[in-house]
Amino acid sequence: MRILALALRRLAASLPTLLLILVGLFLLLQLAPGDTVDALMAQMGGGDPAMMEQLRSFYGLDAPVLVQLTRYLLRLVQLDLGFSAIYGKPVSDVIFERLPVTLLLMGTSLCFAFFAGMVLGVLAARRVNKWPDALISTLGLIFYATPPFWFGMMGVVAFAIKLAWLPAGGFEDIGAGHTGLARVADIAWHLVLPVTTLALIFLATYLRIMRASMLEVLTLDFVRTARAKGLSQTGVLLRHVLRNAMLPGLTLIGLQAGTMLGGAVVVESVFNLPGLGRLAYESVVQRDLNTLLGIVFVSALLVIVVNFIVDLLYAKLDPRITAGR
Amino acid sequence: MGFVRRYLRSPAAVVGLVLLVLVVAMAVSAPWVFPRDPLSLAGRPLQWPGANPNFWLGTDNTGRDIAAQIFHGARTSLLIGLVATAISIGIGIVVGAVAGFYGGWVDDALMRVTEAFQTLPNFILLLVLVAVFGSDIRTVTIAIGLVSWPPSARLTRAEFMSLRSREFVQACRVLGMRDTRIIFREILPNALPPVIVYASVIMAVAILLESSLAFLNLSDPNVPSWGNLIGAGRGVLRVQWYVSAIPGVAILATVLAVSLVGQGLNDALNPRLKSR
Amino acid sequence: MSLLSIEGLTVALPKDGDRPYALRDVTLQLNPNEILCVVGESGSGKSMTASAVMGLLPEGVTVERGRVLFEGRDLVSMSDAELRKLRGPRLGMVFQEPMTALNPLRSIGSQIGEMFKVHTSLSAGERDAKVLALLEQVRIPDPAAAARAYPHELSGGQRQRAMIAMALALEPKLLICDEPTTALDVTTQAQILELIRDLQRRTGTAVLFITHDFGVVADIADRVAVMRHGEVVEQGPAEEVLNNPQHPYTRALVAAVPPLSPPAAQPLAEEAIMEIQHVSKTYRKAGLFGRNRRVTHAVRDVSLSLPRGGTLGIVGESGSGKSTLARCIVRLLDPEQGSIRIEGQDRLALSRAELRRDARRIQMVFQDPYASLNPRRKVGELVAQGPMVHGTPRAEAFRRARDLFELVGLDPRALDRYPHEFSGGQRQRIGLARALAMQPDVLVADEPVSALDVSVQAQVLKLLARLRTQLGLSMVFITHDLRVAAQLCDCIAVMRQGEVVEQGATAEIFANPRHEYTRALFSAVPGKGWTPPVAFGAEEVA
Repeated sequence: MRILALALRRLAASLPTLLLILVGLFLLLQLAPGDTVDALMAQMGGGDPAMMEQLRSFYGLDAPVLVQLTRYLLRLVQLDLGFSAIYGKPVSDVIFERLPVTLLLMGTSLCFAFFAGMVLGVLAARRVNKWPDALISTLGLIFYATPPFWFGMMGVVAFAIKLAWLPAGGFEDIGAGHTGLARVADIAWHLVLPVTTLALIFLATYLRIMRASMLEVLTLDFVRTARAKGLSQTGVLLRHVLRNAMLPGLTLIGLQAGTMLGGAVVVESVFNLPGLGRLAYESVVQRDLNTLLGIVFVSALLVIVVNFIVDLLYAKLDPRITAGR
Repeated sequence: MGFVRRYLRSPAAVVGLVLLVLVVAMAVSAPWVFPRDPLSLAGRPLQWPGANPNFWLGTDNTGRDIAAQIFHGARTSLLIGLVATAISIGIGIVVGAVAGFYGGWVDDALMRVTEAFQTLPNFILLLVLVAVFGSDIRTVTIAIGLVSWPPSARLTRAEFMSLRSREFVQACRVLGMRDTRIIFREILPNALPPVIVYASVIMAVAILLESSLAFLNLSDPNVPSWGNLIGAGRGVLRVQWYVSAIPGVAILATVLAVSLVGQGLNDALNPRLKSR
Repeated sequence: MSLLSIEGLTVALPKDGDRPYALRDVTLQLNPNEILCVVGESGSGKSMTASAVMGLLPEGVTVERGRVLFEGRDLVSMSDAELRKLRGPRLGMVFQEPMTALNPLRSIGSQIGEMFKVHTSLSAGERDAKVLALLEQVRIPDPAAAARAYPHELSGGQRQRAMIAMALALEPKLLICDEPTTALDVTTQAQILELIRDLQRRTGTAVLFITHDFGVVADIADRVAVMRHGEVVEQGPAEEVLNNPQHPYTRALVAAVPPLSPPAAQPLAEEAIMEIQHVSKTYRKAGLFGRNRRVTHAVRDVSLSLPRGGTLGIVGESGSGKSTLARCIVRLLDPEQGSIRIEGQDRLALSRAELRRDARRIQMVFQDPYASLNPRRKVGELVAQGPMVHGTPRAEAFRRARDLFELVGLDPRALDRYPHEFSGGQRQRIGLARALAMQPDVLVADEPVSALDVSVQAQVLKLLARLRTQLGLSMVFITHDLRVAAQLCDCIAVMRQGEVVEQGATAEIFANPRHEYTRALFSAVPGKGWTPPVAFGAEEVA
């Protein structure tokens, strides 16, 4: 119960942050050359000034900035993200069509990266400065330094083109008309390369932080206490070190949720996945600022939700948090 | 000096340094080794590396010399990395120092802004900035700096908060020093080393961000860039995969070099951590 | 036959360290049902001896020669698996800092129960019952709640009780206590010492007790071994070593313990240089939605006066508000009520800018010799920069710094070295020089000797006493140690929970403490029944 109260308080504290983001973005877009009407006109291949004026007042674009901002925020509260001139439907519809793909991609990658990173980090820390550590750390560094899109493309060359084991892109084989479990398997099949690509970069980060925090925790006093109690090396590790060492990694999930979403943009583009990231890219190219703003809003919400979950988990793992220190 | 010796003791750090020197050498020598515009037509498109002795890394799908683009691209990547890092660290240090030193409502306000920046996925924010301000190389560099400062602000703030309560700072206040003097002359020199080390991380991220942007064709098309080349190679990935592969290796090597040097610096600065 | 016998133990440090050996040819015996105190200053190897017995030497530190015979078996040559079977059931250990020695993420009950889980086949229910019985045995209030609690939810004393319960869970034959009361307040220390003594008598466990404090030795030891630089310089029955020390080092250490009786009182000026009236400082922690709102009265309505040329001691345990009061006096903190007048001028009415200009009236010496000097500045600069900030020319300020170095007993040629090149005692002298460079009317010293080794502590105390008469310093001296207060202070104020419970002339309070808390403090002073046989400061460590 106290955990929930704490998490709710954190959530409430992120509201001002969200407001700050929205105001900032709104003002930023005021600086942008051209507005929705310009985009519409460009789409329709031009129009006369009188009609543009009419459209401007229809969209409320002729009101003072502050009024526009208030209207905009009021609409957002009702989850009304405006209308996409390019897609010809409400922005929220466009976004929610694309959201599941991104969530699936991110969620799977995150789990994979986190757990594999933890395991490898522990292995490296247990053999610190010996060859398994050197190997794992080197691989981690290389993954970290690899541009994600390039990694994906090389994966496509190797596994889709040369070996023909995996599909080169897309979310599912629509033509095959799979249903039920077969469809799930098909989607999973298509996601192997994208998930690996996105996960490998973050795996490197988790691996490094897990290794570092394991080594840190191993120097703490209570580890010596545990050894003085006659626990075996493995016992010390499992019962005392692991849980303490996991905490920084958990914090990192929250901090990196945004970075991961950014990575999704690129990976979705490489693999032609119809997700939020690709939508962001398309709306930049097509200058569909309404949609872009909607995506920013939704991704900020997403990051806040991820952080909320991380807070809950953290409080569950660390009793000191709820005490309010 | 002990510092140099400690740095050179780590093989990884030496490898990083050698790689970095190589990349810098490429960047510096580019105008002499490849005096022609690297983005102009050089020969028949899609010649494999080694097939033509004039183009030892081959040509891309529009007939541009890949080797020339790699050399000139090193300039772009390093320049963007350095300038964006300087911007990011500069903002970070000022915000972090003020927030960490004063605490209270100043800290609250500045941290709200930092949090806002961290809540926005940095790459998506970068897309927005590019969409609004265009993709001129200068704009892109500044935008990358603007989206990557929050971690350095947090780091500086944490350092300042721990140093602020240190007794030597209290002593300075009792001696009657001004806040600006305490912040910049007494605390900052002590807070700087970890931030400098962290600059290597920011630089690595900045190079990767630019290459991602270029890959998506959203960076400056008039500047030779490794990311641009990878993007160009996408269309011929099936057969002429080398067009994308070669610049990718260049990015990997550069980011790796920067990271290894950063890690080496860190270990050399904290010999205690290294030994365990 | 002795239970534990350390024979010619030599422990080598890693190659690149500053000295080759942590222990050299250490030989000690510990009999069943006996408390052996190993006493020494930092770097003496006393803690390393404890770690060597437990087989818990830090990485890179190795036993080079010698044996550690426990119940006739050599622990040094034993395999790790065999040693693990002894740790817990036969050998128990209590560490110095109970907060960090307990896993912060697991409840006290589960950490004590782990002893049974690892070494016995008791069921979960039986384990819980054992844990409760143990917590009761170490006299923790409300054992059931303590078993459910996490370490951060207990007080320091309770945590150390839990540590002792854990170490004694399987009734080991040997209990090793590594400075178990150093992190605790005096009154708590007295209780824990009594608990250890009591449990030891009842169970017949032998105790290897590591400490730096001769007072604690006097309270608890049956036999004593004195260590220095990794060697045992003297050992014998407690009576002998305490009252008739033979080795010059032991004599110097004993002479460094300040006696618990103040020297003859000096005549004090009638007039006060500083008047503190009704000062209060409250900390408020605002919680969102009005929850978790906490108000701490760190200093509550304190009124004190400091006679010109006198030393006012403020004595109290941690959390008594004595350090907060010190910081209010120099205005590092702003009290919300009261007045602090120096020579008639109210400091609390001054603006920030006025305070900066007026910095020379009052200066401060800090507790931590490591954190109180900026590591990136040369020490000469540290001393000279105060006057320089206020307009003294650089050459003049450095000339004064050289004089001050001489005054506080440092080599004036060391002016262009960095702080890390100095020892803890030397750093405190530098901190003192920095404060004196401002030629303050009042000097506030916040526990300036509590982080120092006893022998160094005695030297710094003597220096302070000398400066007081030489310069006519008026000083506010914060300390938790009544022995130290007795030697240096003309008058004393005792603080508890932000309030002054008793104040008066030192001799008077020592002779006749009126408040019950003051009396409790006096009765908790370790070694109060023992008078050091060598006069304070009469002999010094060579």
